[in-house]
Amino acid sequence: MYGNDFPAPDDASGGGLLGEVEAAEAALREAAARARRFGAPTPDADLDAYFADVIEADQKIEPRDWMPEAYRRTLIRQIAQHAHSEIIGMQPEGNWISRAPSLKRKAILLAKVQDEAGHGLYLYAAAETLGISRDELVDLLLSGRQKYSSIFNYPTLTWADVGVIGWLVDGAAIVNQVPLCRCSYGPYARAMIRVCKEESFHQRQGYEILHVLAHGTAEQKAMAQDAVDRWWYPSLAMFGPPDGDSTHSAQSMAWKIKRFSNDELRQRFVDMCVQQAEVLGLTLPDEDLRWNDERGAYDYTQPDYDELMQVIKGNGPCNRQRMEHRRRAHTDGAWVREAAAAYAAKREQQKEKVAA
Amino acid sequence: MSERTERGEGREGMPGQHRVSTEQHTPLWEVFVRARRGLSHTHVGSLHAPDAELALRNARDVYTRRQEGVSIWVVPAAAITASSPDEKDAFFDPAADKVYRHPTFYEVPEGAGHL
Repeated sequence: MYGNDFPAPDDASGGGLLGEVEAAEAALREAAARARRFGAPTPDADLDAYFADVIEADQKIEPRDWMPEAYRRTLIRQIAQHAHSEIIGMQPEGNWISRAPSLKRKAILLAKVQDEAGHGLYLYAAAETLGISRDELVDLLLSGRQKYSSIFNYPTLTWADVGVIGWLVDGAAIVNQVPLCRCSYGPYARAMIRVCKEESFHQRQGYEILHVLAHGTAEQKAMAQDAVDRWWYPSLAMFGPPDGDSTHSAQSMAWKIKRFSNDELRQRFVDMCVQQAEVLGLTLPDEDLRWNDERGAYDYTQPDYDELMQVIKGNGPCNRQRMEHRRRAHTDGAWVREAAAAYAAKREQQKEKVAA
Repeated sequence: MSERTERGEGREGMPGQHRVSTEQHTPLWEVFVRARRGLSHTHVGSLHAPDAELALRNARDVYTRRQEGVSIWVVPAAAITASSPDEKDAFFDPAADKVYRHPTFYEVPEGAGHL
């Protein structure tokens, strides 16, 4: 829907998360239609109050608007971390491209990994609108000064892991990201709409892989169950620390960068997964998982947040491997960037000669 | 990036060699896509590429993996001149007091059709 100004009727997904993405897209257009009453602030206006008014009215902040420095910094940090996650996230899956069980699965996995690169690029472009350069962002990742999602520091041991990454990891990412389609910063919101639409293909392909395995031989089903057992808690940890310990939440909520708390999103994810696991015929590895009538939600066991902090600090099973791989890929790719730059420079020179 | 700069500097002074700096030669391009026949090109995002040809190919891979377009424009971001949001009111002021440019300004007499 990127160039269109209305969703085609046959794209309607009939509710669910994809429906929420489309609703967010419609809200973005509605807000834009209401935007006329917001001219630029007059020279003597209180910029902080003006910014607060725009946010309050659910209008989008755009790149050249005035914004508080802390808002800019928060967005750069969040969008960059998100972009880095997409780029590093290619590694655990890329591990299985050459070993996918069929040509069909291989083609699908290639397309998915290519999407992750694309998502990284949309997000880098969104971060760059805030006044930081691509080279700086790449450097921040390579030097370890900016992080990526800790989930990608876990290994993909079997083919079933590729299925679970699609179902649980991409599923958790979507639950996290769908509200970001309504983020107050225009370029981020627009990038997230694109990302979420493509992520829903990722989630479904993972779910399908698991469904096939879970209905295959006993060994295949056991492999699927083992992957779910290993990935369930790290996936729950993707939503971040519990609300009480979350450092950035309150301000981000006030700025409408974030719309729901970590714990709200985690609960939403658990409630979705229970029924999906039943359809798969697989068990979520939590003996205390049960419906709570009073809360209208499932009670569940919290992930190990100490483990999360350890992984964030660099002590996860694959942190070093992921960073080494990324640095090596960057260094090994230097000759391509150099050759392209030399070619562009040569062409530019030739053009100048012709012009002279 | 320091690593790239070092490499570039190593080449300085070599006869006939131009210093190659990636940053300098990978400018930002804005991408516009025509989604279907009958629609105008719409801005979809931006990307880096050393030249126009690669910008076009990258735009295809980044922004039209799912047949989102039938035509792509790439424009060097540096070539775009934009009005400044700071002077938005003054800049667009001339339109503010000319409501008579809209058809709704006019009263249509009872019974007049096809207006």
